[in-house]
Amino acid sequence: MTTTMIFAGSGGQGIQFSGKQTAKTAMHQGKNVTFLPSYGPEMRGGTSNCTVVISDGEIGSPSVTSPDIAVVMNLPSFDKFEPRVKAGGLLVCDTTMIDKKTERADIDTLCVPASELASENGLTGFANVIILGAIIKKTGLFTFDEFLGLLVGSIPESKAALREKNEKALRMGYEF
Amino acid sequence: MKTVYEKPHALSDVPLHYCPGCTHGIIHKLVAGVIDDLGIEDRTVGIASVGCSVFAYNYFNCDMIQAAHGRAPAVATGVKRTHPDTVVFTYQGDGDLAAIGTAETVHIATRGENVTIIFVNNAIYGMTGGQMAPTTLPGQVTTTSPYGRDRKIQGSPIRICEMLSTLDGVALAARTSVDSPKNINATKKLIEKAFRNQLEGKGLSIVEVLSTCPTNWGMTPKAALEWLRENMMSYYPLGVFKDGEAVR
Amino acid sequence: MKGNEAIAEAAINAGCLYYFGYPITPQTEISEYMAKRMPKVGGLCLQAESEISAINMTMGAAASGARAMTSSSSPGVSLKSEGISYIAGCDLPCLIVNVQRGGPGLGGIQPSQSDYYQATRGVGHGDLRLIVLAPSSVQEMASLTAEAFDLADTYRMPAMLLADGALGQMMEPVDFSLFKKREVPEKEWAANGHGGKRKKNIINSLFIDPQELENSVVARYERYKKVEENEVKYEEFMTDDADIVLVAFGITARVAKSAITAVRESGIKAGLLRPITLWPFPKKEIGALADRARAFLTVEMNMGQMIDDVRLAVGGKRPVDGYTRTGGIIPSVDEVEDKIRRMAASL
Repeated sequence: MTTTMIFAGSGGQGIQFSGKQTAKTAMHQGKNVTFLPSYGPEMRGGTSNCTVVISDGEIGSPSVTSPDIAVVMNLPSFDKFEPRVKAGGLLVCDTTMIDKKTERADIDTLCVPASELASENGLTGFANVIILGAIIKKTGLFTFDEFLGLLVGSIPESKAALREKNEKALRMGYEF
Repeated sequence: MKTVYEKPHALSDVPLHYCPGCTHGIIHKLVAGVIDDLGIEDRTVGIASVGCSVFAYNYFNCDMIQAAHGRAPAVATGVKRTHPDTVVFTYQGDGDLAAIGTAETVHIATRGENVTIIFVNNAIYGMTGGQMAPTTLPGQVTTTSPYGRDRKIQGSPIRICEMLSTLDGVALAARTSVDSPKNINATKKLIEKAFRNQLEGKGLSIVEVLSTCPTNWGMTPKAALEWLRENMMSYYPLGVFKDGEAVR
Repeated sequence: MKGNEAIAEAAINAGCLYYFGYPITPQTEISEYMAKRMPKVGGLCLQAESEISAINMTMGAAASGARAMTSSSSPGVSLKSEGISYIAGCDLPCLIVNVQRGGPGLGGIQPSQSDYYQATRGVGHGDLRLIVLAPSSVQEMASLTAEAFDLADTYRMPAMLLADGALGQMMEPVDFSLFKKREVPEKEWAANGHGGKRKKNIINSLFIDPQELENSVVARYERYKKVEENEVKYEEFMTDDADIVLVAFGITARVAKSAITAVRESGIKAGLLRPITLWPFPKKEIGALADRARAFLTVEMNMGQMIDDVRLAVGGKRPVDGYTRTGGIIPSVDEVEDKIRRMAASL
């Protein structure tokens, strides 16, 4: 079983972080995993994307044209990746940032007004984590607890507020 | 029988290839003499450069490395940083140190590497047959400045010691000459200081030695020494431009 | 762990305590990792004023007997080429990493394999070879780094790890306990002070007498011959019954594997030979496949460079085609799949 994912959005939305966290959690499950980021000037304010492949077997190409899951957090990313989602796949949108809807009938969608939820709940900057919470609920790729464990596990105890915000955001997405 | 002269042990028995009247031989002997006096031959690594002194690896009895044109300071850095107990010196000419290797020269100095540089300035490219050097004087005729170096076209010659003396990493920047017995003795003292500085961990030491090239200047050895005194010393004044300890 | 970081950590694990570098995308993480880690393990990470200086510092370190390395990306490796030639001419072991990006010129910063010719043919002036290792996973970024140091020391010659921007930037799990170490010879030739105990050592690539120079080069080529006999590394994937054999290295080998798996489902017998050493090149192995397979296809991120070596190895026995993308584009699995299907249809 292989799952391919593309995360895309604007620089600063935590796109690379989302991809890395997903890859890390899959690695802890004992899966084979690759994380391929976009890099260079495009990381600085422009569009940002990364590709994650999770598999029980050996992973061939870490670079993916048509992902099983595309997570898009701004309009240019929607325009770029919506047509590419594999038939039967899943498109995840931050609807605060994207006012379009897909017209494709062959894919499933998960629409979360993540940026709005974040700003309303004192979680500005955590829209990506809200999205992650919604994804794990929807796909069942990970359990809430295993994902949360690694998410806050990398934050030092001294930054309790940061740990709390991450947990709150993840739960908000999970329960959305 | 009483021994009245003995060549330094650090100088090998290989006959030098230098032209008659060339001052490289004197400078080699001074460097080897200092290595003997300080008793450091067994832990010295010399870096030969590209130019007339390219065969220096044959002439010194310490371990030697032959570096690419201009890169001796970088090679020296690699040796000294990985083997801090060695004594490392480079032996470079003006084309090597002040043209193609300028970046390496400036940066070994600014890093304050604990290395000794012997810089032989004879205002010309000797090995390739008398072309204009970065240190060729205004008006000086060479095969690539046949009408004399014109500052408007070829720019002005570079004063390395003055320039390097502005850098924090430099412990000693001194210019000397081997045109007379008095200056030869003074040169030996400065070379010794440059090596001592390294033993004491003071930072980068460079001794620039004004030198003659009778062959490519088209002069007799004696006339060349006079030309050096009359022309080079006014543009390149002898002296110690910096003497202390590197700020590191 | 990122591929670039895996290289750095593997180098330190392999006993390389001296790193000389200069920042350039997409390999800068090597420098950054070294800058963080080296002081903690008693080593040195020194940022040079140029790529030229970095390779010459590496030369000095290697000449005096230290295990040392430098790394860069394509334009920076061009600058290092002078130094690499001197290092080869002086028979010095060290590691040079090239995390390739698109070229020529300033090119781009996206992954590329367009320095294949440079690495295997023209990395510096003169008759010389580098051992060139091409990782295709983050695990191999680490294991081949360690192996490269041992190979360099064993044969007293420089080795290059030829990766690309995607491998450098991507993250995969790495296990650093998987390496096997070789016994490597003592460096009795090193210039680090004769200590009054031996004759002086000279590290030198200058031989004015043509006969002496020829002798030195011929002796070096005898050593190269041993490398060719003993150190060819490659991986075969479904080649046993393959009609179409793909040849690809590095990241494109993984794209090729995915494409092969896909076309196999529709009954097309394709397989892959992945050269791990680009020099020495697995020419015998490809030559042997040419007796069984019906056609070859190289997949490369350049305009077709390795294809020359594949054609030489196939020796005209079978057609050799290439699928290439360049400029920093990784060929997609679909594109390669499509190419294989078209080839299969015309067999």
